[in-house]
Amino acid sequence: MESNRPLYEQVILEHNKSPRNFRTIPDATQKVNGYNPLCGDQLTIYAKMDGDRIDDISFQGCGCAISKSSASLMTTLLKGKTRKEAEELFVKFHTMVTSAPDAPVDKGDLGKLMVFSGVREFPVRIKCATLAWHTMLSLLDKKTEPVSTE
Amino acid sequence: MTTTVKKRAILDVELIRKDFPVLQLQRYGKPLVYLDNAATSQKPQAVIDALDTYYSSQNSNVHRGVHYLSETATRVYEEARIKVKHFINSPLSCQVIFTRGTTEGINLVAQTYGRKFIGQGDEIIISTMEHHSNIVPWQMLCEEKGAVLRVIPITDDGELMIEEYGKLLNKRTKLVAMGHVSNALGTINPVKQIIDMAHAFHVPVLVDGAQSVGHMHVDVQKLDCDFFVCSGHKMLGPTGIGVLYGKAEHLNAMPPFLGGGDMILSVTFEKTTYNSLPYKFEAGTPNIADAIGLGAAIDYLQQVGMDRIDAYEHELLVYGTDVLQNIDGLRMIGTAREKAAVLSFTLDSAHPHDIGQILDQEGIAIRAGHHCAQPVMQRFGVPATARASLAFYNTKEELDALGRALEKVNEVFA
Ligand SMILES: Cc1ncc(COP(=O)(O)O)c(C=O)c1O
Repeated sequence: MESNRPLYEQVILEHNKSPRNFRTIPDATQKVNGYNPLCGDQLTIYAKMDGDRIDDISFQGCGCAISKSSASLMTTLLKGKTRKEAEELFVKFHTMVTSAPDAPVDKGDLGKLMVFSGVREFPVRIKCATLAWHTMLSLLDKKTEPVSTE
Repeated sequence: MTTTVKKRAILDVELIRKDFPVLQLQRYGKPLVYLDNAATSQKPQAVIDALDTYYSSQNSNVHRGVHYLSETATRVYEEARIKVKHFINSPLSCQVIFTRGTTEGINLVAQTYGRKFIGQGDEIIISTMEHHSNIVPWQMLCEEKGAVLRVIPITDDGELMIEEYGKLLNKRTKLVAMGHVSNALGTINPVKQIIDMAHAFHVPVLVDGAQSVGHMHVDVQKLDCDFFVCSGHKMLGPTGIGVLYGKAEHLNAMPPFLGGGDMILSVTFEKTTYNSLPYKFEAGTPNIADAIGLGAAIDYLQQVGMDRIDAYEHELLVYGTDVLQNIDGLRMIGTAREKAAVLSFTLDSAHPHDIGQILDQEGIAIRAGHHCAQPVMQRFGVPATARASLAFYNTKEELDALGRALEKVNEVFA
């Protein structure tokens, strides 16, 4: 494995550099903090819910390229989705990044999130990739206590 | 450092490197560059052999049997203690207590000396740059006893504010616990001065020597410290073994830490008489093999020579600092005047975790994270740093490789 491509896909580097929805939502209906104590990553996910639909979703915080780009891509995918759709996407994403490195992946299901398949080669980075997602799930459950990967 | 010293090779690194099997490894087809020595050091063949010899031809329990093997095991185990005594210049070998490591040594002192002599309203002084293992045991004690933890602040360079320390010392101060060298910043603290100032208030001082011993000459009598703790695995020795040195007056006054075999003279259900030093603090079958391994590590360090190790590592520090200063967007965390060979830094372009990952692909092992010193990270306003920590088997070529790899990080994350 000579190159860094498998982990640091161009899309990841690009979202790391210019994260989408990297802001607060002043009239958010919910917000939850997420921590990865091992690397010191921390982020806050904000959401404005319209009943069961995610009207707006954003994040703030600091973290490595993997956690930041994962949060960024997640917000772009979830805006406008229903709670059920978001949970389904979480399951698909989580199943993919925690699967064996050589396990087949359903590209149709995951779309852009495919860029994170390289994470499977680096078990310590799985927590970086899933931090935002776990935090988002907790937010949808209307929980308010911080989420920790440990 | 004068130029004449620089020109003369302080030690034969290429020869030394041959003694370390791990340093012969490759990663992704590139020679392994091991720059994570503050986490743990690599082991020379002599240490690995000592463990092998012990388990193949000396293995037995100690201080028990009258048979040949038990006598041999007891002898080599006690010889290791004597090696430690000489290495740190303890007055007596019975003041050298084997522990599992620095963390256990600090907890031992907190749970025995601390619980007996520290009470409600008393104060314990530590510093902002302590490792979690020199914070948490004191917090636990303070919580139990209603004592107060006072913290010496540090400057932007990562140096202790000595005047502030002077102001913290008072009649209620019952203990000072201080790192000798900071694992997160590399700062070498003026422990002699800290100890003298504390002693003026009759306050004992514990020195956390996890990052000093093995890199510089340590003399516990010259320092006049009351306790000194360290870990074998950071000084070429095995994991699971460490040392607590204490002044005899303290060790004798302290209650035992753990109860069990070996730490008693006699037991009846009415009364148990504790054993003398050091056995009072070594309940149960000790870590015989690793103590012997630590003895072999000390032999190796002394063969190379602590003064030469110190001088060479300083040369590496100066060289490495230069290399890093040429990297775009690099911020050095920890720029004390007195520094050990620890290079902690952040890059504008990439998070420490990402730096560590790219470096790993170049065969370079560094540590990325908070280094078990979260208050230091908070002090410098960073969530984490990347840290290259050096040992006397590292080379300038390896530091050049680090520099090239960091340029690559900048390229990837540009
Ligand atoms: C300054 C310092 N103190 C204490 C420790 C804890 O040592 P151990 O984990 O061997 O008990 C370390 C290890 O990283 C350290 O660097």
